[in-house]
Amino acid sequence: MQWDFAFTAEILPKMLWATGNTLLAAGMGYAIAVVIGLLFALAQRTPLRILTYITREIVEFIRSTPLVLQIFFVYYVGPEYGIFLSPWVAGMIAIGLHYAAYLSEVYRGGIESVPKGQWEACTAINLTTMQTYRRIVLPQALPPSIAGMGNYLVSIFKDTPMLSVIGVAELMQAANAVGGQNYRYLEPYTMVGVIFLVISLTAARAIRWFEATVRRKLGMQ
Amino acid sequence: MMEDLSSYPLELVGPDIPMVRFMKVRKSYGDLIVLDNLNLDVAPSEMVSIIGPSGSGKTTVLRMLMTLETINGGVIYVDGKPLTHMPKNGVLVRADAKYLRKARSSIGMCFQHFNLFPHMTALQNCMEGPVLVLGLSRREARERAEELLLMVGMIDKKDQHPSRLSGGQQQRVAIARALAMRPKVMLFDEVTSALDPEVIGEVTNVIKDLVFKHRLTMLMVTHQMGFARDISDRVCFFYGGKIEEQDSPAELFSNPKSKRTQQFLSAVKAAD
Repeated sequence: MQWDFAFTAEILPKMLWATGNTLLAAGMGYAIAVVIGLLFALAQRTPLRILTYITREIVEFIRSTPLVLQIFFVYYVGPEYGIFLSPWVAGMIAIGLHYAAYLSEVYRGGIESVPKGQWEACTAINLTTMQTYRRIVLPQALPPSIAGMGNYLVSIFKDTPMLSVIGVAELMQAANAVGGQNYRYLEPYTMVGVIFLVISLTAARAIRWFEATVRRKLGMQ
Repeated sequence: MMEDLSSYPLELVGPDIPMVRFMKVRKSYGDLIVLDNLNLDVAPSEMVSIIGPSGSGKTTVLRMLMTLETINGGVIYVDGKPLTHMPKNGVLVRADAKYLRKARSSIGMCFQHFNLFPHMTALQNCMEGPVLVLGLSRREARERAEELLLMVGMIDKKDQHPSRLSGGQQQRVAIARALAMRPKVMLFDEVTSALDPEVIGEVTNVIKDLVFKHRLTMLMVTHQMGFARDISDRVCFFYGGKIEEQDSPAELFSNPKSKRTQQFLSAVKAAD
């Protein structure tokens, strides 16, 4: 089997369009995960024991079951309870929550890395708990969390093909469709691999740059 | 077990109200008693130094006053009002978060390890509290912060982050940060213990200035006997969670009455 350049050129626009969808899915899923993950992390630090307990159980549950099952669950089981979601919405909820569970652990590590003396200094100048988190603790928890957050950004991007199982038109689904129509799989799958490789490597490099920039901006080399 | 607090006054009245009063204060961690029935008054504008061997409970005294530690018995009063408790239906009950926040606003503290905010410049460190807590405008807060940084000799370094400053410089910024909140009582917890010997002087000079020019009420835990002797109105020697002996510095250092004080002072002298 020979590489067919004409075929490659022909399917390229379709593949690039699907790449856009993949990036969109990863970006939206990650945005959800970043916010919900922080809520998961903070909920585990409140004095409300019951909230801490429930959140920890949710996080454990999500981390101990496969993502693909969670995607199916939200998409196919939801309607049995009258919750009808489009593939996109269901997919974003599933993948967002999944990664929120992982990110909450990253945040927790970052928050715990802030020395106790910082909290005491905040009490001494009488900041509220909210002000302490917002102005003092979270900014210091960010730099040590960036590497872990970046790893999960790349992970979520690489996990978007799982959304093809419920019909989200991302890169993997496009490759399958193109391959099936033309009975040629070499080019579409190779292109998927190359696109993922290029974007993952670029993202990893961007994350390292971002971490260095944040540390410098905060004056904490 | 709930302590009976009915014998404690709701507030202190009379002509000579102390700025700080520890009244039968008890602190323990499990079975370990750190402070045992502590009674201690600090008068307005008084400078009291606390000395003693490690584990004698001296740092705990300051931490309780800053509300970093809860107490297990007794009541602490600041400026005549209860700090650790609040009046409710005519009796004192344990203070809630809201009351504590209001009550502790008259107290400032400097720590052994400075605890400056590393992601903020010296100036920002001193503006954070006044803006967020006291509600000053950024301009007012900046003026106040610059005035204080000038006073502690750190105005040249106001735009530096703590990582760029020496220990002595960081501690001076920390003093300015605490003063920016306009406390009535300042607490110094071994503020020179983490410093290199050659920079201790720059910090003690700032504190001396405060004592002689500003007449704040101050409590200081220190290992520097010479410094305590120079600037204190009174020195308390702590031993085993109790005040073993307290007196004017001249009297306590040259003529200690208790055997434990004598032993401690001669051990310190031998180490110097």
